[in-house]
Amino acid sequence: MRGAGKERFTVVGQPLPKIDAWAKVTGETRFADDLSLPRMAYGKLLRSPHPHALIRRIDTARARARPGVYGVLTGFDLPRVKFGILPVSQDEEALCTEKVRMVGDAVAAVAAVDEETAERATELIDVEYEVLPPLMSIEDALGRPEVRIHEYGDGPNVHKAVSLEFGDVESAFARADLVREDVFYFEGNTHLPMEQHCALALWGPDGKLTLWSSTQTPHYVHRLLGRILDVPPAHIRVIATPNGGGFGGKLDPFAHEIAACKLSQVIGRPVKITLTREEVFYVHRGRHPVLMWVRTGVTRQGEILGMHFRTWLDGGAYGSYGVASTFYTGALQTVTYRVPAYKFEGARIFTNKPPCGPKRGHGTPQPRFALECHLDKIAGELGLDPADMRRRILAEPFTKTANHLTVTTIGLGECIDRVVLASGWRDKVGQLPPGRGIGIACSSYLTGAGSAIYWNDMPHSGVVVRADRSGGVAVLCGAIDVGQGSDSILAYLVAEVLGIDPKDIRVHAADTDLTPVDLGSYSSRVTLMCGNAAIQAAERLRGLLLGTVAAKLGVAAEALAARGRRIGLPDDPDRSVSFAEAVVLAESIHGVLAVPGSYAPPKRAGKYKGGGVGPSPCYSYTACVVELEVDRETGGVRIDDVWIAHDVGRALNPLLVEGQVEGSVYMGIGEALMEEQVFRKGLHKAPSLLEYKSPTTLETPEIHTILVETDDPEGPFGAKEAGQGPLLPVIPAIANAVHDAIGVRIDEIPITPDKILKALARKREGKPARIGPERLPRFAFPAPRLVESAFGQPADRVAARPFQGGAGGPP
Amino acid sequence: MPKTLLRLSVNGEDHDLAAAPHKTLLEVLREEMGLTGTKHGCELGECGTCTVLVDGRPVLSCLALPIELEGRAITTVEGLASAGRLHPLQQAFAELGAAQCGYCTPGILLTARALLADNPRPTRQEVREALAGNLCRCTGYTKILDAVELAALRCAGGA
Repeated sequence: MRGAGKERFTVVGQPLPKIDAWAKVTGETRFADDLSLPRMAYGKLLRSPHPHALIRRIDTARARARPGVYGVLTGFDLPRVKFGILPVSQDEEALCTEKVRMVGDAVAAVAAVDEETAERATELIDVEYEVLPPLMSIEDALGRPEVRIHEYGDGPNVHKAVSLEFGDVESAFARADLVREDVFYFEGNTHLPMEQHCALALWGPDGKLTLWSSTQTPHYVHRLLGRILDVPPAHIRVIATPNGGGFGGKLDPFAHEIAACKLSQVIGRPVKITLTREEVFYVHRGRHPVLMWVRTGVTRQGEILGMHFRTWLDGGAYGSYGVASTFYTGALQTVTYRVPAYKFEGARIFTNKPPCGPKRGHGTPQPRFALECHLDKIAGELGLDPADMRRRILAEPFTKTANHLTVTTIGLGECIDRVVLASGWRDKVGQLPPGRGIGIACSSYLTGAGSAIYWNDMPHSGVVVRADRSGGVAVLCGAIDVGQGSDSILAYLVAEVLGIDPKDIRVHAADTDLTPVDLGSYSSRVTLMCGNAAIQAAERLRGLLLGTVAAKLGVAAEALAARGRRIGLPDDPDRSVSFAEAVVLAESIHGVLAVPGSYAPPKRAGKYKGGGVGPSPCYSYTACVVELEVDRETGGVRIDDVWIAHDVGRALNPLLVEGQVEGSVYMGIGEALMEEQVFRKGLHKAPSLLEYKSPTTLETPEIHTILVETDDPEGPFGAKEAGQGPLLPVIPAIANAVHDAIGVRIDEIPITPDKILKALARKREGKPARIGPERLPRFAFPAPRLVESAFGQPADRVAARPFQGGAGGPP
Repeated sequence: MPKTLLRLSVNGEDHDLAAAPHKTLLEVLREEMGLTGTKHGCELGECGTCTVLVDGRPVLSCLALPIELEGRAITTVEGLASAGRLHPLQQAFAELGAAQCGYCTPGILLTARALLADNPRPTRQEVREALAGNLCRCTGYTKILDAVELAALRCAGGA
């Protein structure tokens, strides 16, 4: 079916409602905090008020004595095993025993008859702290090596330092017509899902544990609980509940999940812990603040000859996904444009702030902002139109990049052409009245990380499709829908293959007892990986059905089609049976019809340390144009229109793809103009939905979405990701439009009114009209690992991947 | 704290229940009445997630005390459909993909219903202004605005 035109599809490509739309508009969807169980207790965590302190003593006696309190835990009641999402960063305790490293670190947990009693009881826990100097910035942390936040890493308060060089960057600079250097800063910000995290644990009298949690990664939580609680993993069941938004904020295992489990064991009741909004701000794991330096050598036409990129990440108090985040700040620069020689140095620094981790675009929005503003400045210096320059220097499809990433289809040229046309770019750039501006930027993003967070040879995604004698079909998959519509995509794909209606399908998701493993709802991997597994399972089932019906009709199976809930000869309705009849016939011969599908990405990681971060089966591409107005009196920015074209490979449901693009644009606008996770003496400056500014309907402009289809050979029916990539170009497009409007460069995100006014004042005074970092940390990166550049090498059109053959399926 | 007896009219039915007088309407709806369709985003009156209607007006249930609402008509998302028929807003939200994660959806549906009751054919800007107090992190609001406009059109018999 690959390569087939849209007319071949009946479900794919249709703007159908999501299969769970009805539950969501009636309030029937049960999020974690909507669950309750008989005899359920409510849990609360006591959190550190200090950003950095040793714990000298914890006394829980007064809390235990309070009426209504069922149990109190400290870290001494838990196995003393540190954990972390990445095997290389096992540095967290659910309840700290020796040291707290941030305001908000949990030190004790209470279960009580109600939430209020639990909260009052946490106030009765006496903790004696010995306060240590807090390190609140990269400069602080590097400047005070005698104060150590952790005892591990690549140097005092250095979590990770990496250095890679692909090809000879210096000689590329020597050949360049122009070599330009720029420095940028991207302040941290947070995911802010509307649902606060919640976990409900039931440790049964049989010694088995069930956890319902608003997690994006039930499989990783399952693995972790098996390691750090006194219960074999085989006796643990993790059920992810529909996420009320995640954006990466529910990807780590969290203290409240572990505490709920242990409290349930201790008190013999189900325990629910729901975080407050303030706690969600401290739990964080969001966008890293990143300081960036970039030097690029180009020809007069803007062709890139070599690029050197440096990043310093403010990681916060724990490792989280930070090693991956660090590599991601350097991995994808090469996927968008031709970069023959590339050098990347990155360092993640520990500070006494909530840990940063993966937020939509994981580690790539910050360098994307830097790179796209840097290119705009280069275009300005060369006197080139920034859209035309980008159009000329695009990466080549089906080649490898300098850093050994395999790129398949690239629809970016069409994306640029279409936003340029739709926005009226040529009549506007440099020609709008003072105060009005237009800007462009491009980007690319993964469609699923090529490597799991722990090395193994098993599928990244599994699906079981089970046909019922009624003609109904159940789809079992470990992925949790976080609002992006993954359940619906599974239903559409299976319906397409089996020739039935999505309504005939029920999706049962994210239950580690019932569903095959999916690694989680992150890295834009679910549509591609679960989708391919679902197609494989459905095709195997279809094979059984067609074979059985062919035998009954006395025709060849190849002559049959599954369409309109019937299986038979496509042009002879009399020689066909209903789907339900086909199931009965097939089950009579083959027995139970429950068929697996598996997916693992092609193994294409570069053979160098760090080569595991960046590879993906394919990459999405986006181009974005923003038109805005800057109020030169107030410094306020009003965005009027956003035109965005996204290469999604194939839009399996254009309505859902548009929704992902629009949501990404919205989130990009929030990051560009207002959202920031900043601290004063260890305390979050804005830990509420009122103080932490995010765009409302009034700040969100009209968004003009254009979908570009490239039918990628790696994707399910050609599809690539849509949930993260479209965020990336929005931020630099805004920064570039601000420059077009008022002739100042704000090289620091967010672009707030105070920065604009300051830059305008500098411009009036004849000083450089730029706001941004003035200096870089004193930091010696390790000597670079020298790797041959793979730039321009041809890539296979169709890559072999594991589990592709018939093995694992039914006979 | 001792509980107080309350009679609340929710979705057209009277309910007698006992709750501590400081419990918010949000807590009573969710925890005492099992109406978990009403969600919480901040419990400080900042995000609009917990919006319900009281006598047809949008009210933040996290800031409202049931003890003050006896005799008033409270509508939650569970009361939006009647006799198994979805409200045109619900239908439009489902059809146009205006609910992604769906967590803010109940509050937005009720706010939009109050808008359409007052102003059956709002302009897009009027829809924006009416919904400015309801945060959504998924959709970028575009499909929400589209869905409210479609529902308004259908209510007016236009589509």
